[in-house]
Amino acid sequence: MHGNGYNGTVRIGFYICHCGHNIASIVDVKAVAEYIKSLSGVVVSSEYKYMCSDPGQELIQKDIKEHSLNRIIVASCSPLLHEHTFRTAVEKGGLNPYYFQMVNIRENVSWVHTDMKAATEKAKDLARAAVQRVFHHKSLETKHVKIHPDVLIVGGGIAGIHAALTLANAGKKVYLVERDPTIGGHMAMFDKTFPTLDCAACILTPKMSQVKNHPNITLWTYSEVAKVDGYVGNYKISVRRKPRYIIEGLCVGCMDCIEKCVYKEGKTPDEFNLGLSKRKPIYIPFPQATPQIVVIDPETCIEFKSGRCKKTCVEACDRKAIDFQQKEEIKEIEVGTIILTTGYQPFDASRVPFYGYGKYPNVYTSLEVERLVNASGPTGGELILRDGRHPKTVGIIHCVGSRDKNTNRWCSRTCCMYSLKLAHLLKEHTDAEVYNFYIDIRAAGKSYEEFYDKLLDENVHFIRGRVAEVSDWAVRPSEEGKLIIRAEDTLIGIVRRVPVDMVVLAVGMEPQADSQDVRRMFNISCSTEGFFLERHPKLAPVDTFTDGIFIAGCCQGPKDIPDSVAQAGAAAAQALILIDSGEIELEPNTAYVVQEECSGCRTCLTICPFTAISRDEAKQKAFINEALCKGCGTCVAACPSGAIKQNLFEDEMIFSEIDGLLKMESPACC
Amino acid sequence: MPDKPKVAFYWCASCGGCEESVVDLAESILDVVAAVDIVMWPVAMDFKKKDVEAMADGSILVSLVNGAVRTSEQEEMAKLMRKKSKLIIAYGSCAHTGGIPGLANQFGREELLRYIYEESPSTVNPQKTRPELKVIANGSTVTLPNFFNIVRALDQVIDVDYYLPGCPPTPKLLKQALEVLLSGKLPEKGAVLAPDIALCDECPKKDTKPSDLKFTEFKRPHWMQIDPKVCLLAQGILCMGPATRGGCEGVCISGNMPCTGCFGPPSRIKDQGAKILSALASQVEAKDEKGIDETLATIPDPVGTFYRYGLPVSLLRRKNFNSTG
Repeated sequence: MHGNGYNGTVRIGFYICHCGHNIASIVDVKAVAEYIKSLSGVVVSSEYKYMCSDPGQELIQKDIKEHSLNRIIVASCSPLLHEHTFRTAVEKGGLNPYYFQMVNIRENVSWVHTDMKAATEKAKDLARAAVQRVFHHKSLETKHVKIHPDVLIVGGGIAGIHAALTLANAGKKVYLVERDPTIGGHMAMFDKTFPTLDCAACILTPKMSQVKNHPNITLWTYSEVAKVDGYVGNYKISVRRKPRYIIEGLCVGCMDCIEKCVYKEGKTPDEFNLGLSKRKPIYIPFPQATPQIVVIDPETCIEFKSGRCKKTCVEACDRKAIDFQQKEEIKEIEVGTIILTTGYQPFDASRVPFYGYGKYPNVYTSLEVERLVNASGPTGGELILRDGRHPKTVGIIHCVGSRDKNTNRWCSRTCCMYSLKLAHLLKEHTDAEVYNFYIDIRAAGKSYEEFYDKLLDENVHFIRGRVAEVSDWAVRPSEEGKLIIRAEDTLIGIVRRVPVDMVVLAVGMEPQADSQDVRRMFNISCSTEGFFLERHPKLAPVDTFTDGIFIAGCCQGPKDIPDSVAQAGAAAAQALILIDSGEIELEPNTAYVVQEECSGCRTCLTICPFTAISRDEAKQKAFINEALCKGCGTCVAACPSGAIKQNLFEDEMIFSEIDGLLKMESPACC
Repeated sequence: MPDKPKVAFYWCASCGGCEESVVDLAESILDVVAAVDIVMWPVAMDFKKKDVEAMADGSILVSLVNGAVRTSEQEEMAKLMRKKSKLIIAYGSCAHTGGIPGLANQFGREELLRYIYEESPSTVNPQKTRPELKVIANGSTVTLPNFFNIVRALDQVIDVDYYLPGCPPTPKLLKQALEVLLSGKLPEKGAVLAPDIALCDECPKKDTKPSDLKFTEFKRPHWMQIDPKVCLLAQGILCMGPATRGGCEGVCISGNMPCTGCFGPPSRIKDQGAKILSALASQVEAKDEKGIDETLATIPDPVGTFYRYGLPVSLLRRKNFNSTG
């Protein structure tokens, strides 16, 4: 038996849930309920088939009234699943919801054990720990914070564009921040899109100009988020606007200045065409760039390098839009919610040296081929190789930097389909023989398998096997002057040497190089491979663990355009929920500084990941802003003199819980 | 003068510094002597155990017991003082939290005796003679008290009413404590008779402590010329002040030496060493494992640094407490 009684005020109701057979098949719920009944402070102890059901919740409410209960414990599933349910039930029963404690005997007991006797004992231990804990529970007040209705979207690819337009069309103000001089992202670089083969630019550029012209969207290109402060509903953002050396309001995108630049020809590899063409120091990324505003690259502009340029561009601009003195500008904005659509980076093909990228000029990445076959690309859509030839045979190597334990283990999901698309386009442009070297063809999407069938009918060759190497080492006369792809054809069990004129590497998708920095700035998590982590892989795919911050598109993981657009819409809807509800409830698990106990040592100030702690210099004490505090407990652990406490996690609660687990009687309750 | 309240002093495992601190009351000691009747004080007065045994239970108003409990004799005397006194004050770090003798709890009795009587470089003892609890020589019996396996703080042996912290307690705190006790306005039982706030609060160098210390190494005081105006932690010297109860008025710090933690932690803290560690570790500049290890490796004696006065009351090596024999 437990203790010699208690102070007479705590009256505990304990309920153990069968969860159908989920719990009751491994835990002897009756035995647990009987045991808990014997503990001091426990007035009611019962078991029920489904505590989360309406009758289960009503049972709690009835008992609170009949037995004047003032502490409620439910032993059932995880707090993530039903803590809110039971707190609400307790509140409806007339009790402060924070007198409730949940014991997880499903994930922690029944689902992970097979021995009924031991599992029952463990359930008793966990329940006893909760009984000793609730003695120290206090009545707490739920705080509400208002949601600022404006939204920040970071990244102007198709996901960011779609989210921005969705929100703007719903009447919300959106800031869209893009670090490149134009929005459009990777999609703007594609030629056609699978499986419908409609032109990427034709479907994307109208949306880009809608963004530019939408009254509810503030579009800041060539800009980056520099700082994020605040919390859900009340984020304060600093955006760094890099100087384009062009006055945006004056430039109309006539491009006369580009024409008149002292450079007659471009000398700098063109980023948009992946270096397949050259651009001038003053340029516009591509004809439909949005906004239609030129940029000056100070790294290559003679005026910036020497100060002695004739500045023919300035003469050419009759609107006086060129400003060499332009400085970086910091914009401060307030938003309530944030959507990150920062995209991906293509796998660097030179990391697989045996495929010869960078060594053999006629080895291309898939993205380069997108530009090569594009009518507005570096060759006007004519497929001319780096050595000036037209390819008669092309080999497409799948899974470069995907499904490979030496580089990236994941499937990039899009490469099979875009490889099929490129095979089709290459055949269409050159009538070449096209060989696909694949591991598996993954065509799981609407009309994707049909597209694969179509390619089979177009006489594209498919060789099932991972390519061992690409070389120029000819062993037969027919291989002279060719690139030879060596691969095992696993369907017929022989090693094949396929001589080709052109190799296309279907590179996979990777997290952006700075995804960790972005993650830290926005205080969200990454999964092991570095993509942003969603709150739940199935049920909260666009939420993050930071309230008010959502993710969409390839920053969350590799995906194609339809999936990116779907996620962007979902993220916009999640933001709308917050905006239209106007306020959000905050869990009162916040930390607070007991003023008379604080020695003013400053240890807590810099370690708070949410910058919620400041120091009152007059009183020489630390102070925590409740609205900023997320209840992570870092300061509580770090405070060297124990002057910081945290609601719901006070030392007495935790120590009593531990004592309960160890079958030690806690002095405070016994 | 039968009406004067009776006061006793006793010492267990201690260095004698606490006794000194009583004498440090200087002329105030005369007021104390005038106000009370000292009935036991081994260091200064010739009272015997049997004198105390002869007194009625509870007849001493207050006994100030310093030192930790290492031997059976100390335990016996502590229990006797408890029986005869209304109030027991654990006086000084050793009685309060175990003190320097408590550092011996890193080792067991056998390990200690073996080292002292056999292995230490200065020992010459080829017969490996060890002290015996009972020796009969020339017809007479000589006994020694038992040497326990562990060192305990006073309240791990007897019920303690109040604590006066410090190695040793300052005369000012002793005087205040005696005044309070003699006035009859007793504080709550179990109180530590010093402020319940960390030393930084009263530290003369408080204003110069930065909010992020960014430790790259921990320096030892004798390595460097210490700037007397600047927070010692800011100079890379490990100071226990943030996790140590104030009340000493920063005597060590004013002498340019870091706080070593003798007042023990404020009441909220279960484990002083763990607390200062979690505070300091969160301010190490390096964020990678190797860099963190390198910085922490500059602390030569972590137990002696973080638990210098409190190992017996800490969470460390509690398993040893199962056997005190």
